[in-house]
Amino acid sequence: MSPNPAWSRTLDQIFVLLQHRIADLFPPLLQPWVAMILGVVGIVAVFPAIFALTTVLERKGLGRMQNRLGPNRVGPFGILQPIADAIKSLTKEDIVPRSADAVVHYLAPVVLVVAIFLGYAVLPVGRNMQLLNIDAGILFFFAIGASTELSIFMAGWSSRNKYSLLGAMRAVAQMISYEVPLLLSAVVAIMMTGSLNPSRIVEAQGGFTGILPHWYVFTPWGFAGFVLFVIAALAETNRSPFDLPEGESELVAGYFTEYSGFKFALFFLGEYLGMMSIAGYGITLFLGGWGAPLSVLAFLPSWLWFFGKLFLAIFFFIWLRGTLPRLRQDQLMNFAWKFMLPMSLLDLFVAALWRFLGEWLGAGLGTEVVRWLVCGLLLAVTYVLFARVMLKRQKISPRSYRYAE
Amino acid sequence: MIDTLVFLIFAGLTLAGAVAAALLRNLVHCALSLTVTFAGLALLYLSLGAQFVGFTQVLVYIGAVAILVVFAILLTRGSGALPGNLVTTSAWRIGWVAAVAVGFVLVAALQHAPFAQSAAAAPAVSVQQIGQALMGPFVLPLEIVGVLLTVALIGAVIVAMPERQGEDQ
Amino acid sequence: MNLTAYLVVAALLFALGLGIALTRRNAILVLIGIELMLNAANLNLIAFWRYGAHPEPMTGMLFALFSIAVAAAEASVGLGLVIAWFRHARTSDLDAMTRMKG
Repeated sequence: MSPNPAWSRTLDQIFVLLQHRIADLFPPLLQPWVAMILGVVGIVAVFPAIFALTTVLERKGLGRMQNRLGPNRVGPFGILQPIADAIKSLTKEDIVPRSADAVVHYLAPVVLVVAIFLGYAVLPVGRNMQLLNIDAGILFFFAIGASTELSIFMAGWSSRNKYSLLGAMRAVAQMISYEVPLLLSAVVAIMMTGSLNPSRIVEAQGGFTGILPHWYVFTPWGFAGFVLFVIAALAETNRSPFDLPEGESELVAGYFTEYSGFKFALFFLGEYLGMMSIAGYGITLFLGGWGAPLSVLAFLPSWLWFFGKLFLAIFFFIWLRGTLPRLRQDQLMNFAWKFMLPMSLLDLFVAALWRFLGEWLGAGLGTEVVRWLVCGLLLAVTYVLFARVMLKRQKISPRSYRYAE
Repeated sequence: MIDTLVFLIFAGLTLAGAVAAALLRNLVHCALSLTVTFAGLALLYLSLGAQFVGFTQVLVYIGAVAILVVFAILLTRGSGALPGNLVTTSAWRIGWVAAVAVGFVLVAALQHAPFAQSAAAAPAVSVQQIGQALMGPFVLPLEIVGVLLTVALIGAVIVAMPERQGEDQ
Repeated sequence: MNLTAYLVVAALLFALGLGIALTRRNAILVLIGIELMLNAANLNLIAFWRYGAHPEPMTGMLFALFSIAVAAAEASVGLGLVIAWFRHARTSDLDAMTRMKG
């Protein structure tokens, strides 16, 4: 690959250069702080802006899929709709139910949004564009992601509303169950890179064979891991078809039924930001992060690729929402524990096999063929057998509801 | 100076959460203040330079144990404030006396204990080193923990499983 | 900061956990107290690793990691037991758990 021309490298680093330029205006003692604050401001400005854009795109896109127009009143083609929504939610009365637990009710959306913003701190959105380059970045993201569950519980429990509580219990049970396959499928990429550092993972996928990139998704274990990660991510962010916690037709709005005005907007924001951050980590882990998809396109700036992939991922999520019906609670749990978990464990094994086959047989075309055949067949055969058995075992009977009794 | 202030904030957070868990009457509030303690401890670990352990603390304690606790509270219908006579055991005064005595003895002993200290900067430990240690000298404990977790998983499922019809009830 | 400050925090946390475990009537809260005591021990381990004479082998840190894993197992089994007991007795009150008395 020929090195990129100077203008392309400048364009690639333009935000980093800008950050340094502004930080240089301050005395040396303050410079690291200023640089940090600028990074934070960047994250806090860019991702909510994408969120605003996503809401209108989602409504437009869903409208197209359902053969209607979607929002088209505010501004040209309804593009100013998010601003109208923002003004509405900011000026609405903030209602707190009389029997609600006021402190916890107030804290829940704040904790949620803060935790989700923290998750962006280690996300590499471009070459050298990462707020904190820490060694255990992926672990940090998963730790932060796990703590959002608690804020959802707080919201549902403090509202003193049966729909809220049911929604929160569903959400927490679902998130706990799908966190296991989410982590395990991410471990595959971590294992092959040998690092928990997101930047290192992206760099490990940076090479090209011919014009094709070395993304992890283009290997048998990476593909399986990616599919598992996407399913688990959908469940983790309560997106359709896993939107039981807030299934409108069953639970009003789930755990944030009793929230109004600005706090409701915070939940909405948190939900979309969570979706984008998990999509961002999926891109980092399996889709080469900010790397270009073809070697001839590597002259374009890295952040452009990252955000392009992010928009594709968001579109995919919207598309799924327009396509798939909602699952049932028991199907959801069975799927997590009886299918996702064994498959992700198998995927771990296959990834290890891939690595050791490479070491035993030495580099070469023969090794590649053997690796592809063995690992691909192992995954495919297991998947087919599993699916067969699960379909055969499927019992169609009325569901029974139980407390712990 | 800043170090001391940061330490005091983190330590205060940790202990305040524990005090709240000891005094509050609503079980869910106790569980939530417990998570404050867990978060404070994670911050203390981070300030000690143990990044990996700090994040593990958040992942395991806030992400799993705290959630387990609130689930157990809801499943045993324990939410809502408890009536006064159900909060503490009949011998709660003796319990607190014992606890305060233990704390006093521990702190007093710490004031006079000569520890071999190194004032060096925090040793930088990469995740890779931890992994190599886990796979090298500590591989046996790691395996045993794996077995223990599997046993706990199966045991918890069996204990919490609904009993077969006709046996009880 | 020095070692003693962290050890004092751990000691106070341990005493609080002990107090909760000894005085509370609800089984879940007793478990919370036990968790706090375990956490206090973890803090000690990390503090000794950081300020100890030989931090290189990472023993303290890894011990804390194992202890976290064990505590997670303990919590899951403990809470499973509480739920199983609740199913029989309809209460998680420890003073009511007298059926095993001779």
